[in-house]
Amino acid sequence: MPRTMFEKIWDAHVVRDEPGEVPMLYIDRHLTHEATSPQAFAGLRARKLPVHRPDSVVAVIDHNVPTVPGRRLIDVVDDQSVMCIETMEENARDFGVKLLDMNDADQGIVHVVGPELGLSLPGMTVVCGDSHTSTHGALGIFAVGIGTSEVEHVLATQCLLQQKPRTMNIVVDGVLAPGVTAKDIALAVIRKLGTDVGTHHVIEFSGSAVRSLTIEGRMTLCNMAIEAGARAGMVAPDDVTIEYVRGRRFAPSGELFELAAAQWKQLASDPGARFDAEHHLDVGELVPQVTWGTNPGMVADVTGTVPDPAAESDPATRAGLEQALEYMGLEPGQRIQDVGVDTVFIGSCTNSRLEDLRIAAGFAAGKRVAEGVRAIVVPGSMNVRRQAEEEGLADIFREAGFEWREAGCSMCIAMNGDRLAPGERCASTSNRNFEGRQGRGGRTHLVSPGTAAATAVAGRFADVRDL
Amino acid sequence: MEAFTTHTGRVVPLRRSNVDTDQIIPAHWLKKVTRDGFEDGLFEAWRRQDDFVLNQEAYKGGTVLVAGEDFGTGSSREHAVWALQNYGFKVVVSPRFADIFRGNSLKNGLLTVVQPQEAVEALWRLAESDPSAEVTVDLVERKIVAPGLESPFELDENARWRLLEGLDDISLTLKNEAAIADFESKRQAFKPLTQQV
Repeated sequence: MPRTMFEKIWDAHVVRDEPGEVPMLYIDRHLTHEATSPQAFAGLRARKLPVHRPDSVVAVIDHNVPTVPGRRLIDVVDDQSVMCIETMEENARDFGVKLLDMNDADQGIVHVVGPELGLSLPGMTVVCGDSHTSTHGALGIFAVGIGTSEVEHVLATQCLLQQKPRTMNIVVDGVLAPGVTAKDIALAVIRKLGTDVGTHHVIEFSGSAVRSLTIEGRMTLCNMAIEAGARAGMVAPDDVTIEYVRGRRFAPSGELFELAAAQWKQLASDPGARFDAEHHLDVGELVPQVTWGTNPGMVADVTGTVPDPAAESDPATRAGLEQALEYMGLEPGQRIQDVGVDTVFIGSCTNSRLEDLRIAAGFAAGKRVAEGVRAIVVPGSMNVRRQAEEEGLADIFREAGFEWREAGCSMCIAMNGDRLAPGERCASTSNRNFEGRQGRGGRTHLVSPGTAAATAVAGRFADVRDL
Repeated sequence: MEAFTTHTGRVVPLRRSNVDTDQIIPAHWLKKVTRDGFEDGLFEAWRRQDDFVLNQEAYKGGTVLVAGEDFGTGSSREHAVWALQNYGFKVVVSPRFADIFRGNSLKNGLLTVVQPQEAVEALWRLAESDPSAEVTVDLVERKIVAPGLESPFELDENARWRLLEGLDDISLTLKNEAAIADFESKRQAFKPLTQQV
């Protein structure tokens, strides 16, 4: 019987699945970070249990780290963050887990580092105590975010108790216009289908537009699957995937790699495989997207206007739109390109890879950040940072007036010193525009790296196609 | 995990949809390394508004939170569940929950009850007209009972059993150590290791 990619990976990892029980799924790779793991390791200590397979676990310090150049522990924003970092270091040491600490040459955001180092490979099951673990699905991985109790469970047993999700295929076709990117596709998908379309589902992204994306672009798309409510997002491995993985530090090499690659190519959904749900989107006419509200489904074209809640017939929906506009300090009918910004943030596990920085640098080259705008670029890993410096991207950003930072989650989560002040408006390449996400009272607009850079220069939302 | 069988308490009506985990517990609270002490962070930003429901004397001590659809969207932070429990909530009712939040709740014994929008509206009206009115959430019978309302709810049998018995997932899983070892013995050689063991 034809199977979907997800079903193939699921079937290959079921340890036990008995009637009346929750299926027990084997986990190949467990990534952890300092914000959601301390209580899990404490639980192991209380039970006097070891980590079941320390070689499968990699710990990363990313959420609490300062991103100021030349950072040291003294730069960490507060004592609680120091405690968080030191607890992770202690747990890694005590339980024999590999740690990429603040000073490690490979340090970075967990979802950038995983694929970059070959820690995440096609056909794997990957978990992390972080919802954006879905990012790794770009390589043809079933990658899910889990809570701290599940972190403890996987550390102790190498297994996850998980009801089998349903499957969804989102077919994206069409040729993207210049300046329109994977981030715009992701926002368009959520805008059209809603922030809850993926609830109880794993989304496979397919179609000609997805195939034409680089692995970095696919990561952006899968990263945002969680914002559509999905359990995970995935793209089938192809030749692009194989070449991306080849030569990565923890990837197999030589004959073993060829054996693996042959298997990875078999992961694609079979012709005739049945999905529980299917949606189609043509992006041939898609323009750059900008969120205007307080969830990732509140999206407009950069050439468009802020919607009018009065046009909404459902009272609850109308109230939600009104609340969002009030929080965001916007008026119905206001042109998106008339909205000025105070801050631009280029970074996060959504858009901080080398390709993202190249795109942003292309719109910053030879220009200056608008007066009164603070613009920061935070590479997703120290490896990305070094590569960007070697390519001259860092110089482009600095000369244009952008701050060039070290790797970390930074302003995406505002628990590390990088945050918005109340009322500040930010064009951000991150993934969530919830109230207060980037700092209490901060107003976040999600955009692509190109739109972010162009907006930094213009001082208000800009259409990259005009530049 | 503490077992959950039935709970009777007062409703706190949260007339908001898309209540994300950043609202439930802001990110700066993720710096704590314990599972307790999160009650002051619960809905921290909204509690700065005098008219927010948790600030109203009439709803102090309420243990059943009733919210609009898409409750718990966003981050996988289990701190959101701990904050609700630390504050005193035993049950959250909503027309739809985010998957990860619902899973985290189950692991901690916080009951998430899916109800149709009409039932949610009825509970909101009840709590707003009589804040002292009590609602009973019965996991044994799988129903919510309140003045003028009796509404069934679904929860898969295994999840219900684990909650009713207060079972511990790790202990349950470790009973299958032989099956895990057998699976590992057949694991493909190209799956990477990160250190020599």
